[in-house]
Amino acid sequence: MSDKLEHFVSVDPFNPQEVEELSPEQERFYMASQWRMMWWRLKRHKIAVAAGAVLAVMYLSIFITEFIAPYDLLNRHTDHIFAPPQQIHLFNEGSFEGPFVYGLDYNLNLETLRRDYTPNPNRVQKLRFFCHGDKYEFWNLFEADLHLICPAEGGTFFFLGTDRLGRDIWSRMIYGARISLTVGMVGIAISFLLGLTIGGAAGYFGGWVDNIAQRSIEILRSIPELPLWMGLSAAMPEDWSAVTVFFGLTIILGLVDWPGLARAVRSKLLALREEDFCTAAALMGAPPKRIIARHLLPNFMSHLIASATLSIPSMILAETALSFLGLGLRPPVTSWGVLLVEAQNFQAVAVYPWLLFPAIPVIVTVLAFNFFGDGLRDAADPYK
Amino acid sequence: MLNYFARRILTMLLTLLVVSALVFVIIQLPEGDYLTSYIAELESQGEAVDPQKIAYLKEEFGLDKPIWLQYLSWIGGVVQGDFGRSIEFDLPVTDVIGEVFLFSLILNFSIIVFIYIVAFPIGVYSATHQYSWGDHGLTFVGFIGLATPNFLLALILMFLARKYFGTSIGGLVDPSFENQPWTFDKILSLLEHLIVPVVVIGTSGTAGMIRRLRANLLDELHKQYVVTARAKGLPEGKLLLKYPLRMALNPFIADIGNLLPQVISGAVIVAVIMDLPTTGPVILDALRSQDMFLAGSFLLFVSLLTVVGMFISDLLLAVLDPRIRLEGTRE
Repeated sequence: MSDKLEHFVSVDPFNPQEVEELSPEQERFYMASQWRMMWWRLKRHKIAVAAGAVLAVMYLSIFITEFIAPYDLLNRHTDHIFAPPQQIHLFNEGSFEGPFVYGLDYNLNLETLRRDYTPNPNRVQKLRFFCHGDKYEFWNLFEADLHLICPAEGGTFFFLGTDRLGRDIWSRMIYGARISLTVGMVGIAISFLLGLTIGGAAGYFGGWVDNIAQRSIEILRSIPELPLWMGLSAAMPEDWSAVTVFFGLTIILGLVDWPGLARAVRSKLLALREEDFCTAAALMGAPPKRIIARHLLPNFMSHLIASATLSIPSMILAETALSFLGLGLRPPVTSWGVLLVEAQNFQAVAVYPWLLFPAIPVIVTVLAFNFFGDGLRDAADPYK
Repeated sequence: MLNYFARRILTMLLTLLVVSALVFVIIQLPEGDYLTSYIAELESQGEAVDPQKIAYLKEEFGLDKPIWLQYLSWIGGVVQGDFGRSIEFDLPVTDVIGEVFLFSLILNFSIIVFIYIVAFPIGVYSATHQYSWGDHGLTFVGFIGLATPNFLLALILMFLARKYFGTSIGGLVDPSFENQPWTFDKILSLLEHLIVPVVVIGTSGTAGMIRRLRANLLDELHKQYVVTARAKGLPEGKLLLKYPLRMALNPFIADIGNLLPQVISGAVIVAVIMDLPTTGPVILDALRSQDMFLAGSFLLFVSLLTVVGMFISDLLLAVLDPRIRLEGTRE
């Protein structure tokens, strides 16, 4: 036995480019588009993905609000005013019953003048699923009465309690999501439109256009946001319909928000317009609108989207704050801010703390948007 | 330098002038004016409307004149230090907001001091102990502070205080001190009541400041001069304080301009909830009843505060950091 290796000759045909050629796996990686790389990078950010999933669920829920909510938005239960949250149980006296709640016994306490409700262990009310309950108009299109969860026949299911008119807070919160979540979206769309147009024009043309844009941005920024919002929303006439007020409010939110975006667009454009590809496009006769929209903006669109994600929560908060102060949306339009108006009366909150529940979705949404936006911002530049 | 000053102050004045016009228009946007809402209120209460009083109000406040004339007479007065009369209180605006504005200043000033005192050590700790448990924990708390809207925080804190301590934490001084002359006890009571609003409004600003200070300090800590200093045997504490920290301090000063509007906005809404005698509730009422001289002067004051704050922060930055020159050398 010699320790020499056996002489080896490959029978495959000789390929001189073998070293440079990429394996399909490598090719997939190197040829990936920017958006695909951003997606890969975002996926690595576990918290951001989780936050994105939470947001997706919340936004999807607004399409089937009526189906998810156990009760109708305005349905009053006059014999269950200020009823406490009913806990969901699975076992009754050791035996498995499936999800059920105990019925509430009502008793007016004449000493404290409070309504006392006590769960009665003898009244087991099994929850029903995919059942017929309150009638509703699905998106104002057709009538239906199918619900995901309903109380037992003749029973009640107030997951988060009821308010001073006996309306189910959980259902009202689900309905409120529809308004609260869209306010931010519509507002950011308006702000985006304004910011891109004004910032784009300022950065591309420079000169007096830039000067005017810069000055207006400075002026808008020197008025603190909230008083400005308050002033503008107080300016909405009292006799506007609820829907008009909703759109008025989103326009106000957009009007106050655009300067930050316009600034970012302007500074990026100032640098980019000196690039050769921009000159080339101009020489080939592309009009400014095309150069800005087609050649310049895509360069930092991902950054803009990431920063927009971070400013949606401030709009949601603004709506909540304004509605809470009574300057924003008004009933019958129901948002989380409108629901929190009930919590303004502090005597009531001390006795009926479940009136504060609508604050939770606000905090969850804002947190989720912040985490998701943070992940997006890191992913926006996948070449780093 | 003088040239810069003059230009800067001129633009400040122009900005404020435009803001005042903008504010006046915004307040006058709704249909009708103070009188129509006043009459409607009287009628809804079933009280008789005294035509003489209406005529007097119209005459006194020039409500029958076109809006631009009203604006000109108001702004003409403002330039001479006369902010007009509040229609609702029938008092000069300066009288209505005098004490309220003082409280607001005290509150906003304490919030900014609070932000600095809390953010500074935490930011330094987070940067020097990067990725430690302390750093992660503080970052997480900061995130929550950043994301929780401060008026909700105020609501929740008030609820907890009520439930567990049985005290009301609303107001700025104890009810027994109201309308009393300033004594040592009253000041103590004021300080006691300041704590909750300061913490509530300060949290979001503090969290942002910590993140910025941490990022800046981390940038500096990885630079070569730090390695050199360490190699020469400089003690760690002296090394940190003497060089990188001073370089990383810029956001502390530069941020006054960003902090002020944020703090004022937060203070307005928290003041409404906690019933603080600051600008918040008064501004809300004035806007609702279209008391335009009062609301206008308020918004103008608030903008003035912001603009002056930004100016001061720019100046301080130039004084403290010799790398920054105010007069840009544009060639």
